[in-house]
Amino acid sequence: MDFFVLMLVIPLVSGALLTVVGERDWAPNLNIIASLGTFLAAAGLTVEIVANGPRFAFGEQFFIDSLNVFFVALTAFVGLSTSIFSGPYMKNEREHGKLSAPRLRLYKSMFQLFMFTMLVALTTNNLGILWVAMEAATLTTVLLVSLYRTPASLEAAWKYFILCGVGIAQALFGTILLYFAAERVLGETGNALLWTHLVEVKGQLEPTIMVLSFIFLLVGYGTKVGLAPLHNWLPDAHAEGPTPVSAVLSGLLLNVALYAILRCKVLADGAIPGGFAGNLMMGFGLLTLVVAAFFLSRQKDIKRMFAYSSIEHMGLITFAFGMGGAVANFAGLLHMTMHSLTKSAIFFAVGHAAQKTGTQVMEDIRGLIRINPLIGWGLMLGTLAILGMPPFGVFASEFMILTHAMKHHPWATPILLLALGVAFAAIFGKVQPMVFGETHAKRLPHAPAITPVFVHLAIVLMLGLYIPPYLTRWFHEAARMLG
Amino acid sequence: MSATMPISAQLINLFASVILLLAFAMLAQRRVLTLINLFALQGLALCLATLVAAVSTGQTHLYYSAGLTLVLKVLLLPWILHRLVRKLNVKSEVEALINIPATMLVGIVLVMVAFNVALPISELSQTITRGTLGIALAVVLLAFLMMITRQKAITQVVGFLSMENGLFLAATSATYGMPMVVELGIALDVLVGVIILGVFFFQIRDQFDSLDIRHMENLKDN
Repeated sequence: MDFFVLMLVIPLVSGALLTVVGERDWAPNLNIIASLGTFLAAAGLTVEIVANGPRFAFGEQFFIDSLNVFFVALTAFVGLSTSIFSGPYMKNEREHGKLSAPRLRLYKSMFQLFMFTMLVALTTNNLGILWVAMEAATLTTVLLVSLYRTPASLEAAWKYFILCGVGIAQALFGTILLYFAAERVLGETGNALLWTHLVEVKGQLEPTIMVLSFIFLLVGYGTKVGLAPLHNWLPDAHAEGPTPVSAVLSGLLLNVALYAILRCKVLADGAIPGGFAGNLMMGFGLLTLVVAAFFLSRQKDIKRMFAYSSIEHMGLITFAFGMGGAVANFAGLLHMTMHSLTKSAIFFAVGHAAQKTGTQVMEDIRGLIRINPLIGWGLMLGTLAILGMPPFGVFASEFMILTHAMKHHPWATPILLLALGVAFAAIFGKVQPMVFGETHAKRLPHAPAITPVFVHLAIVLMLGLYIPPYLTRWFHEAARMLG
Repeated sequence: MSATMPISAQLINLFASVILLLAFAMLAQRRVLTLINLFALQGLALCLATLVAAVSTGQTHLYYSAGLTLVLKVLLLPWILHRLVRKLNVKSEVEALINIPATMLVGIVLVMVAFNVALPISELSQTITRGTLGIALAVVLLAFLMMITRQKAITQVVGFLSMENGLFLAATSATYGMPMVVELGIALDVLVGVIILGVFFFQIRDQFDSLDIRHMENLKDN
């Protein structure tokens, strides 16, 4: 079997398997093994694509090129480290009496199905299937957000379902309009939603329809990215769901939704003269960045604060892709990678910290470095990395975005700097006393899995200092495709 | 439009108007069970409109699409919702946030907006169903309004499904429907979504003793 099929089959089958076998001692290991299998298949696929160039699968229904293979590898990798992290984490939650065996079963099977839907969304060539997979990704995570069944978590899950449902309905309308525009050119052959066909005729798509279509697509998928003003679901879902879910929502789902927008932007750019799509994305990106930065300082819950930080970074990335061009696209892709790795590492550290201290309220978390130096340092280094301190990789990508903005859109620079400054002050001021300071916390029954935190941070550090040439080539190729 | 419009196009326009009328009726309806029945009727009108389009154009996949609508939106989903209402003992009165006449006025404004947005696009379409694109967008917006102004969780879901009806009408009117694989995928998502929501309703009720979403307004930033 080839790597691509394997990559999709493993999470699907193991999701079903984990439902059937239920919660057993070895179930977390099965979850890890499945994620490892998915990761290895994704790695194999990546090597294949890098060596042989783009390919189709299942006729023309799936299409893997240098752009999405990059997201596939990232998704599978973060999925693997999250499954490693969640093993001891979820066992501790069970010992604390927060979760029962049936809920742990639900968690593991839904986690695998969630990975499956994201991988389908990333690799499908059909924009209709992309929509279906995005909606399925919402559905698999709704019950995960409400896993604790507390009033707050139910409220968060309800908000998540309704807001994302409405958002994604807008995206469906956008897709219908896109199909309408495409059918006029490609005819009723059933190929009119295949991206590879659309991109060949993008210059002939009717601009009037494409303008409306792209607005609906951006607002629709933008809701899932967390773009303001429809970002309200995101902090609630991140704060109230279990930490591994926060890590994959923040590190992966937001990326996949943004990927959907990028694919549509390529088509909109070809059809609409005057950079309409880019300007729209720049506007939404800046608004999101500013809104999130100013909300950061008001947060009291640690996961909520880092959720706002995700919104902030998504705004910055959307702005970067909105500027367009080789440099900004390169920076956007780099920043997406850095954000995924760093933010999931932070959520791992935050999860352990909250478990140790028994609270998510930042004022009650103190002296992590005394409780467990590794968790304390993990959180501190992760925070420094996400705030864009050199030598971490986020610095490199933020620096590229800023310098590019100075050169081509100078009006935006003060806004960007202000928002980044406000975010820095807010987050650093809150994390510093949590890491240092006095404490009184207890030991956990299961030793936390710290390795994923430091593996992620090490990669981010390495990419800040040195990006291997094959990765640069890869980024360049993907950036060129985005135009 | 001119008097030479073929009978099939007139029929489709008629059914589309019925869908719009039902969207307004849903907006005005206070009782949950009647609301679900109205939703089933709307699905039936959508099914008939798709069927007429199928007969007059000979597109085979529109027949499947009509059948899918019939099974899912006229029979299965209303049945699930009825069962849910009975099992959960939802009180029949629905509390609206804004009074109904005001909601209707906002609805009329939304319809005008929808027609203005859709006009330049439907002029580009060659399908016999093109006139209904404005109606489809109006139905989507009215369903959106219903979700905003209602406070019962189950009413919000009916609003969400009604929005899906509007989107299917848009797909039929602009392009004779999406490719079959996509329509099947969407139908699957809607079905799974409603089942998950059913599970979810029980969780909400166990936790809050009510399906009123006013209890769920505690997560705020401060």
